[in-house]
Amino acid sequence: MSDSLVTVARTCTPLNSHLGNGCGYPAPSLENFTFKPIFTIGSFAFTKPMLLALASTLVVIIFFWVAFAKPKLVPRGVQNIGELGVLFVRDQILRPFLGKKGDGYLPFLVSLFFFIWIMNIWEIIPVAQFPVPARISFAWILVAMVWITYMALGIVKQGPLKFLKNMAIPGEVPWWIMPLLVPVELASNILLRPFTLGVRLFANMFAGHLLLLVFYSATWYLAGIGIGAVYAAGSFVMVLIVTGFELLIQFLQAFIFTSLTATYIAGSLEGAH
Amino acid sequence: MRYLAAENPLLPTTIELIFGAVAFFIVFGLLGKVLLPRIQKTLEERTDAIEGGLQRADEAQEQAKELLEQYRAQLAEARHEAARLREEAREQGAHIIAEMREQASAEARRLVDAAHAQIDADRAQALQTLRAEVGALAVDLAGRVVGESLADEARQRRIVDRFLAELEQQAGSAAR
Repeated sequence: MSDSLVTVARTCTPLNSHLGNGCGYPAPSLENFTFKPIFTIGSFAFTKPMLLALASTLVVIIFFWVAFAKPKLVPRGVQNIGELGVLFVRDQILRPFLGKKGDGYLPFLVSLFFFIWIMNIWEIIPVAQFPVPARISFAWILVAMVWITYMALGIVKQGPLKFLKNMAIPGEVPWWIMPLLVPVELASNILLRPFTLGVRLFANMFAGHLLLLVFYSATWYLAGIGIGAVYAAGSFVMVLIVTGFELLIQFLQAFIFTSLTATYIAGSLEGAH
Repeated sequence: MRYLAAENPLLPTTIELIFGAVAFFIVFGLLGKVLLPRIQKTLEERTDAIEGGLQRADEAQEQAKELLEQYRAQLAEARHEAARLREEAREQGAHIIAEMREQASAEARRLVDAAHAQIDADRAQALQTLRAEVGALAVDLAGRVVGESLADEARQRRIVDRFLAELEQQAGSAAR
């Protein structure tokens, strides 16, 4: 990079682009979602999203370890917060869809919720500043687990034929609508469910990161002496607003993903729509 | 930081899938196998403890209620006993009074009877005496009036008696 700075013909990068120095506004693009490896071992390239995914794991397990390693009957400190989190998932996500008999799925839902939430939160943590599910692989792998879980549960609990029938026919319908309904229902329950589940998480995080990038780089691009400073300040205010907004979205997406998982599991257990 | 050339953002990469899976399974494994069972056990124990406490409180309340009931029963019994004693005393009093009254009236009756008997006896005696004397006097008087003594004592007596019987008969029919 220092090489490019001393050359007469300046190379524009997001860092050296400023209003009036000949470089245009470095609009964020898909390139911002593809990372240079931190290190490589042979063909294996370790990138920032992988690091953040592992960091999410560490954050979640350390938090819950501190909270629940030696649980007390009368909770103190971190255990209170941990219980709040687990009971939130149990009472707001699991119980409404699965009831008390679904408590066995609590570990899966708690893991999903907190893992996704922490992965999302990296978006607004300084230095990290990237929501892991904005790399779609991390959304797809979780979706795959959810899909396998609810499909397998349906086949085991209802039997393959009944499960397929329940997946294809939503309750009582006239026979003549079947040719239209059955393919739509099957596609919806087997293909579109996981697709929308994954894309919803990915796209929200992707868009949020893009939005933050727009205002961050605009702030940086406009910063300087002169009228640009006013716009830079305005852009920075937007950074703050969007950051607050994203804080909400991160939570909401984890909540929605987990809630939908609970409804899919409930559907597989009960077989009725 | 320089970014690499853009990839299709909708396509996963194998290595990231593996990383994501490993990262999630560590979380799921540790939470599912170790930490959440612990907290669930603790939550259950807490529920038990609270329910146990409530149950103990219930038992204590039950005992207190029982005791109160017992005291109330004893109090009621004591009141009942007192009322019974009072009633008994009143009854006895009434009985005694009645007895006394009975005795008094019996005594009075006895006295009155005795007096009656005395009076009857006196009257009978007086009558007897009178009858004899009236007879004698009448005879005496009649003797004097007719100038001669009615000699025969026995006849004398019969006449007097007949006369007196007539008198009595007249008195009886007059009274009737």
